[in-house]
Amino acid sequence: MNITVKYFASLREQLGKSEEILTLSDEISIAEVWQNVSASISGNIESENILMTINMEYVKSDALVKTGDEVAFFPPVTGG
Amino acid sequence: MMPIEIRESSFNPWDEIKLHQQKLNRQGQYGATASFVGTMRDFNEDKHVQRMTLEHYPGMTDKYLEKICKEAHQQWDLIETLIIHRIGEIKIADPIVLVCVWSAHRAEAFDACRFMMEDLKSKAPFWKQESTADGNRWVEKSTPG
Repeated sequence: MNITVKYFASLREQLGKSEEILTLSDEISIAEVWQNVSASISGNIESENILMTINMEYVKSDALVKTGDEVAFFPPVTGG
Repeated sequence: MMPIEIRESSFNPWDEIKLHQQKLNRQGQYGATASFVGTMRDFNEDKHVQRMTLEHYPGMTDKYLEKICKEAHQQWDLIETLIIHRIGEIKIADPIVLVCVWSAHRAEAFDACRFMMEDLKSKAPFWKQESTADGNRWVEKSTPG
């Protein structure tokens, strides 16, 4: 199954990409997706410091990702 | 109406309030208008800031700002809300955000405006990157309310 993963702000710069398509063999949690995609970052960022969304809604780290979902990871927000 | 807008260029919050109030055309019903305007400072965490860039999550930003307005209308008896938020390159003294609330009485307007602003600061997907004499840096957390 394919999912789209988006990255924003400092995380986008650390990973060197804003978006990618991932192919997963099984339904997995968003925390497991984070483990896979963050492996290349030096000094590993703890998932507690990252906000996670599925289809533009905030989710907890045990939320399951389904085929076609748009997943996003980003640092704490600083608007306003 | 409950409009929300993401703007790529500078805006004048006072003109926006006046214009929206004219469009709303409900004179006589509201007795209170509370607004918050966030403006770009030239300093942050002891450093001089030259300019700033605001990144956002297109699609989710609009959705989240709409959710804030809906929740405020559910929680308080409001006549209207308006949110405008800048993205892109921001200059010193540029307005960044406008939250405005119209209601019959002041308590609802004050409380809803504060709630909307705090929810926006903690959850709406915007990120600030500041340019200083030492280079660019991402703002890691908002200042306490």
